[in-house]
Amino acid sequence: MWQIFHKLGSPKWFFGIATRLMPWLLAGALAFLAVGLVWGLAFAPKDYLQGNSYRIIFIHVPSAFLAQSVYVMMATAGVVTLVWRMKLADVFVKAVAPIGLVLTFLALFTGAVWGKPTWGTWWIWDARLTSMLILLFLYGGVIALDRAINDEKSAARAVAVLVLVGVVNIPIIKYSVEWWNTLHQPATFTLTEKPSMPAEMWVPLLLSVLGLYLLFGWLACLRMQTEILVREQRTRWVKEHVLARRAG
Amino acid sequence: MAFDSLTAFIAMEGHGPYVWACYGVFFLLVAAMMVWSLRRHRAVLQSCRRVHETADDSGRGSAQPTPATFTRVKVSQD
Repeated sequence: MWQIFHKLGSPKWFFGIATRLMPWLLAGALAFLAVGLVWGLAFAPKDYLQGNSYRIIFIHVPSAFLAQSVYVMMATAGVVTLVWRMKLADVFVKAVAPIGLVLTFLALFTGAVWGKPTWGTWWIWDARLTSMLILLFLYGGVIALDRAINDEKSAARAVAVLVLVGVVNIPIIKYSVEWWNTLHQPATFTLTEKPSMPAEMWVPLLLSVLGLYLLFGWLACLRMQTEILVREQRTRWVKEHVLARRAG
Repeated sequence: MAFDSLTAFIAMEGHGPYVWACYGVFFLLVAAMMVWSLRRHRAVLQSCRRVHETADDSGRGSAQPTPATFTRVKVSQD
């Protein structure tokens, strides 16, 4: 068990696994996203209440879902950084924070554009929207803090602490639609109940969520590889890797 | 198909601008993120290659990296 754990922490080992995994992740992501989004845009029936504007859900929900899920993953990696000092965990946090930032922005943007025809307003300071805006700032804070500290180890620890403090925001986002009166509709998917929408709507939505998850996987692998190369520049295996690629 | 014609598909009964703006920004940002990450990966790979190639040329035969040299510069105290 501990051997596997140590292997997982080895940047070289991860680099190899990621290289093998990435084509599958990308192919899966593009396939799922293409099917899910085309289905959602052109073939799913229109909503009886919201009309066609609800088609924004097929990108809004995946972005928002992933934005929170990425933060939870970052927090898990933050614990690993603080407790076991595993380098790879810090590489992960550094590599995915900008992806989380973009996804949160997308969730907010698509939400605002969806809100205009549905609620009659772009923005309202209610619980769901405000807590999501805080998530955006948290991602920005993580990126800024990491760049502000030059020493790699201090930066890793400081960032991990910030990520862990910010994790309190995640349940607030999740339950904001239940705890407070908000314009935002309740969760589309729950684990315990059947979806309230017909299958022609939730199947493409599920496909786009999975597609964006896979795309995130691909992006995370690629960006972690980049970060590993930067950190391990001088090692023998990186030298062999880059020189072999030139010859081949 | 939920729409009768291509124009109906684009108009989305008046919701077209909202829907297409969202999808446009989504694709733009996702594609930009992918391209940017790929380009940075390539740039880093190239700089690693440069580091090791120059190290090979200068340190022919010896495995030790060449030590950095410092030149003392006289600065006027006036």
